[in-house]
Parts: sequence; C-alpha cells; structure tokens
Amino acid sequence: MPNNDEELYQEHVLDHYEDPYHRGQCEKATHAHEDDNPLCGDIVRIELKLDEGGKIHDVWFDGDGCCISQASASMLIEKMNGKSVDDVKDFSAEQMLDLFGARLTPNRQKCCLLSWRVLQSAIFSPLDASDPDSNPGPDFNGPDLGEES
Amino acid sequence: MSVADSTLPLDPERLRADFPILSTVIHGDKPLVYLDNAATTQRPRQVIQSLVNTYEKKYANVHRGIHWLSDQSTDLYEEARGKVQSFLNAPSPQEIIFTTGTTHSINLVARSWGDANIQAGDEIILTEMEHHSNLVPWQQLAERSQCKLRHIPITDDGLLCLESYAKLLSEKTKLVAFTASSNVLGTTNPVQQIIEMARSAGAKTLVDAAQSVPKIKTDVQALGADFLVFSGHKMMGPSGVGILYGRENVLEEMPPFFGGGSMIRRVYLDRYEPADLPAKFEAGTPPIVPAIGLGAAIDYLDQVGLDSIHQHEKNLTERAHAALEMIGGIHFLGPAPEYKVGIVSFTVDGVHAHDVAQLLDREGIAIRAGHHCTMPLHRRLGINASNRASFYLYNTLAEIDQMVAAIEGAKHLFQRKGRKSSRPQ
Repeated sequence: MPNNDEELYQEHVLDHYEDPYHRGQCEKATHAHEDDNPLCGDIVRIELKLDEGGKIHDVWFDGDGCCISQASASMLIEKMNGKSVDDVKDFSAEQMLDLFGARLTPNRQKCCLLSWRVLQSAIFSPLDASDPDSNPGPDFNGPDLGEES
Repeated sequence: MSVADSTLPLDPERLRADFPILSTVIHGDKPLVYLDNAATTQRPRQVIQSLVNTYEKKYANVHRGIHWLSDQSTDLYEEARGKVQSFLNAPSPQEIIFTTGTTHSINLVARSWGDANIQAGDEIILTEMEHHSNLVPWQQLAERSQCKLRHIPITDDGLLCLESYAKLLSEKTKLVAFTASSNVLGTTNPVQQIIEMARSAGAKTLVDAAQSVPKIKTDVQALGADFLVFSGHKMMGPSGVGILYGRENVLEEMPPFFGGGSMIRRVYLDRYEPADLPAKFEAGTPPIVPAIGLGAAIDYLDQVGLDSIHQHEKNLTERAHAALEMIGGIHFLGPAPEYKVGIVSFTVDGVHAHDVAQLLDREGIAIRAGHHCTMPLHRRLGINASNRASFYLYNTLAEIDQMVAAIEGAKHLFQRKGRKSSRPQ
C-alpha cells in the first residue's frame, strides 16, 4: 500500500508554512472573506484589492491552523496575485489540490480547500468603505460559506 | 523514570491477547498503537463472543413473545441490567434505564425531568469543562423554559473552582450537571462534594460519568447522585448502548420522554397509560444485544479490577507527562497526573494538533486532534485545537515511549530552519 503521507510534508509545503507568501493585511482592500473548518479549527481570511476591470492588484491572507491549511493558502495567494476575477472563478477545486501537490486523504483535502473556498467567496464580498465594521481585520467568527461556494 | 511493565500489578501484555484488534498492523509494517480510548475503547473477545452467542442462539425481541426464544433473550437482557445495577451499587434494577448512550441519557433527563420541573428564572449550574453533550441539551432546555445557565469556572491548571461554585449556588439552582472526569483535561472532580453542596441548596444533580465509570469505582448510593449517565462503548462494551441511572422516586415522578411500544401499560385510540419503571423510559425495541454485551464488559472489568486499571492508567500517565516534559515545548492541558484519569492532552510548540496526529498516524499511533467536543473549554484555554492521548488497561509503557518518540520526530520536522523560498515577496 502506498503511503500517501510520505509526500505530505514535503519541502515546498514546509517552505510555504514557515515562510508564507503575502501573509498579513492587504492595504486598501476592496474585498475580503473569512471562514473556518469548525471540525478542526483551521481559519483563513483573505483580503484583496480589485480594480473595476476585475484585476487582482493585491491579495493577502491571514489565519491559523494546520500546515496543510496555511501552506495551501500561501500557494493559492501566490498563484492568484495579479490574476483576474475570472481566473479565480475558473480555478477549480481539483486544480487547487493539484497546486498543493501532495496527495491528501478526503479529511485533509478540506484543510487544503479552505483557502480556495474563502477566495471564491472573497471576490464576491465587497467591503463597504463607509462602514468601519466591514473591515475589522482578522475576525475569527466570520459567516458560514454555503456548500456550493 | 523507568518502571518495568513487570512491576505493574496489571499485566497489559497478557490482557492484550484478549483484544484481536490490537494486533492490527497498519501502513505496511506499523503495529497499531491505540491511544484514543477517551473517544471509544476496544473490546475483548469475551464481549464480542457474547454478541455472537446472543445472535446465534438467544436472540428474539424482549418482553414480548410468549415463546422460548423471547424468554431467553429477555433473561439475558434483564441479567445485563442486574449487572449494571450491582456495578453501580444501585438499590434497585428499576433505576437502571438502557439508552443508546450518554448523549441520549442526558437528553432524556433534559426533556423529561427538565421540561416538567424547570421554569423561567430557574438556574442550572454546569461547568466550563463539559463535553458538548452536557451543554447543548441544557441550552435547548433554556431556550424552551427561559431558565438561566451558570458555569463553574476552572482554574488555570484545570481544576473546578469550588469557591465560585459555592457562590453560584442559590435557591434558584434547580440542577447541577457536571462531569465526573473531563474528557480533555482528565480532571477527576470531587463528585461527592459537588453533590453534597448541591443537595444542601436543594438542587438535583446529574453526573456525566462517561469517562470515569470505565476506570473508577462508582457507587451511586455513596455519591448520592440523582442522575448518573455513561456509555457502553467507553468501557469495552458495544456502541449503541448507554445507561441512565436515576433515583427511583425521581424517575417515578418524571413523565415519559419517547412514546411507543414497551413504555405503556395500556393504549387507547386517544390516550395511554405509561408502564412502570424501567420500561417507562425504554420505548421501542431497546438495544438488546449491545446491552447484553455491556453486561459482558462489566464481567471483564470486574475480573481485572477497577482499582488496578486506575493504578495502571496512573503509571502510564505519569510516564507520558515525565517523558513529554523532557522533550520541551509541550504544554499540558489540565492538572498533574495525580488529579486525573488516563488522559494526557497537550499542544506542541510550532506544530499544529492535526499535523501532530497525522505524523503519529504515520507511525501507527492513534491519538485525537481537534477540540474533542469541548469548544467552550478550548476557548477558555485560548487555543483552537489540541492533541489528546488517552489510555486504558491494554496500553503499555512501551507504547507511551513510542508516542513520545513520534512527537519528538514531529517537532523536529517542523523545526524552523530559516527556510526562504525564491519567491518574490
């Protein structure tokens, strides 16, 4: 039986975990979303700056959780920075798992797909500039995501 | 610390031969090291055989047929009730209700006793260390009745703060529902004292004994509890059966919860008369074979002896604490070994709980990661998740050492190495 875990904590995963890409807050963010996996407590928040043409000028993430959830967020943010909203929409869950690389059991796939779900929602979650509550920074009690998102 | 297994009064190696599942080898060549006993235990051949024997030779519905097989099945089922009764030193078999588990038992009390006795303004005292199953049913009762829930706080080392408890108690307190042993902290609470304080305030008590009954001698008469609940599967019995012990006069006054067959004396088209105890609370076909299996598990526990199990767990827990402390960077949840059952929960600096569990699984070691059905407790402790190793009579000191070595390995893998990628920032 091949051991899937053999390659789970491979070097590039650990690299992203220890030295994440764009971890922090996005200045002048226009959109943001946050969600968690209640079962394991992984949390990811993504903030991005979109222009009117739908281009991602800047995107950052923050969060707390296992290596898989945080390293995969770093990989996703790195890939999507500078891309367009349509690119995000076209980016499937399967492609996200491919991007991560290491093979994951169904349970750990949820960890890997957390940031993907959050980004898919974030592009539809504009921040209201007039409402100071709408950009409170990391808020670990964000709304739930529907299954389809 | 190096205590040889042979110096222990209980010989886990000998007992392990009774547990077929413990010889499982996983991931190619890793012998299974099962350290998730607070979630559920494994069962010995004697229990498994009792299930097989019943299904093969003695199975029919109970309390129904005027036929030989139903009599056989009924005898075994009621014999199991008797075993639970003497295991708890309950005065009467009428006080032993078979349910599907601890959760069912608590919900039964909340719905039946709670709805009949709790009104707006009344207070129920719980604790900060409760399992969700001893929180949510009372939250639901509070929604229905507008009663108030109060919580006994814990100290930073995971003990209940009894001074605060004394202040929470008042004439408004109608019930104190608390765990005898925390499923995360392992803390063994002063059950008798908590009950005495509740009784002097005129409150009823419910003891969640799911983690304690499998390893600590429980005498409901000495404790004076009104209700005491636990599950079969955490004490080597089958899943799907649990116990509600209730004081007879309290159970007598409670209305039935589930309605259906068995729980009735007579039924008319528009009304029913409930049956006597214990049938009043056992609507429908009960978990017949699991209950019989639970009886076999009690026989096994009696044979090994709860005191030696408790002592064995203490040795394992002390070993785990001492060895994990040596590694460094480990933070224990809960008190020192002398205040707890065989549960060691912890966080590891720099390694998330799920990564610890995943890396241990790679070595064949099963421990729990997450919040262990205690989100409020984890919030109180300021963490999202933790690891939990929990022991039982068949675990060995060698297994503890294997676990500790694997945790050390996980720490090493995640050691910060000053990694820098070539990625632009």
